[in-house]
Amino acid sequence: MLNKFTLTEALEGLKSKKFTSVELVQACLDQIKKLNPKLNAFLAINEKALTEAKNADISKPLGGIPIAVKDNFLTMGMPTTASSKVLEGYLPQYESTVTRKLKDAGAIIIGKTNMDAWAHGSSTETSDFGPTLNPWNTGHLPGGSSGGSAAAVAADMCIAAIGSETAGSIRQPAAWCGVTGFKPTYGRVSRYGVVAMASSTDSPGPITKTVEDAALIAQIIAGHDPYDATSSPSHVPNLAPSTKHLAPLRIGIAKEYLVGQSKSVVLEAAEQFKELGHKVSEISLLDPKYSIGVYTIVQRSEVSSNLARYDGIRFGHDRSFFGDEAKRRIMLGTYALSSGYYDQYYTKAQKVRTLIIKDFEQAFKKFDLIIGPTSPGPALKVGASIDSPMFGELEDMLLEPSSIAGLTSISVPCGFVDGLPIGLQITGPQFAEKLVFQAAFSYQQATTWHVQKPQLS
Amino acid sequence: MDVKHVAKLANLPLKPGEEDKFAKQFADTLKTVDVINELDTSKVEPTSQVTGLTNVTREDKIDKNRIIKVGDYFKVPSIFNAQ
Repeated sequence: MLNKFTLTEALEGLKSKKFTSVELVQACLDQIKKLNPKLNAFLAINEKALTEAKNADISKPLGGIPIAVKDNFLTMGMPTTASSKVLEGYLPQYESTVTRKLKDAGAIIIGKTNMDAWAHGSSTETSDFGPTLNPWNTGHLPGGSSGGSAAAVAADMCIAAIGSETAGSIRQPAAWCGVTGFKPTYGRVSRYGVVAMASSTDSPGPITKTVEDAALIAQIIAGHDPYDATSSPSHVPNLAPSTKHLAPLRIGIAKEYLVGQSKSVVLEAAEQFKELGHKVSEISLLDPKYSIGVYTIVQRSEVSSNLARYDGIRFGHDRSFFGDEAKRRIMLGTYALSSGYYDQYYTKAQKVRTLIIKDFEQAFKKFDLIIGPTSPGPALKVGASIDSPMFGELEDMLLEPSSIAGLTSISVPCGFVDGLPIGLQITGPQFAEKLVFQAAFSYQQATTWHVQKPQLS
Repeated sequence: MDVKHVAKLANLPLKPGEEDKFAKQFADTLKTVDVINELDTSKVEPTSQVTGLTNVTREDKIDKNRIIKVGDYFKVPSIFNAQ
């Protein structure tokens, strides 16, 4: 049962020689073997994982720890498909900065996880290799696009995982699978070697069993990267949350975000923050419907540009291999950027983006953090995203605003509806990672939602 | 939207029936997107990126000792010369 350990527990166990990395990796591989046929969280398993475990240097920060990585991170020696048949069988020529940093820190990439094809979606149902199912109830979706990573963590198939978020793709699957998902400030973590989706919002980050674990991984993967010109040169402070009592914070809860079945659960979480000594009060933010509009245009436009490179010559197969969702996004983006429509759609969306950023700037003058539901409700049923071209936008409506503004945010489990987990998002200004971790950590110290595990057989 | 024309611009082959299917879906999506026109942006600058970084360059490093001068020009190793 070593696979059930949190990252912090596993590191402690390895360092005090209670068990070895080989035993830890084997426990995860056993769990994958047992559950992957049912959940489809992994697309590929690292065949050298046990050898790497044997040679693991446990003096390193993540020495000997098996970590699952979303399949849009380039990994040398392991196929990288972004869950698209266009890239089926593609072997990367170089390593992404995030996985290089993990490997340098001693981690073992145990396998590559399923996702929405090209990260286009919030269900993992658009994967060309079949959907991932939710460990809490296999009749339900895990969310997405990092659904494989979130399900792998929830089902203890790994100690921690890496996902990437363009607008909700870490936080929403984390919420639906009852785990912790952290979205760094845009530019805090390098995008180098991540299959590009929407380049102005793509943000890699950890999906873990606790906030403490997320901070530990964030510390390792964050920082300036000369290979990503948009990565921030600003110093990364010590992100580890402390058990010291947190000075009272001003926490805003946006009334526009209190929708759906998550509302009552999140209001209870707000009470918890009050009990911890913080001041929680209502604020008004721009209606999320505007973010849906901005995100749809900006994301499709950037997708159409980024996916132009897949011509069957340099990578994988030709353009006839694109699935419906990728085709829709490429075409809508092409339209929004085409002559005669550019100003009407793309420029207009970029202007409204400015308004959304200013809206948050105003809010953060009065508040340290903003909390709200991660998703309007719990995981939807398998099949819910089929033939719903706006599925992701609607499920992620409460996450798009913070992504558009490039803010940092975390989703932590905060309760259940119909036996399915609900996520609470805690959002801070750009580069306020430390405060976000600290607040989320104090919440997990006071609650036990994150310790709940799905019944799996 | 002229789906056929956009598919051509995007270099995407369409299967039979896709033109009609996508046309309907795009119309729905564009309707959802149209709400952004409710906001007055006449005095707002567009945002294309949020990093605040500008002109990110790296320093050019030139090893002057390796430059072979030929008159007003300098020589570099040939690229296309086979022999």
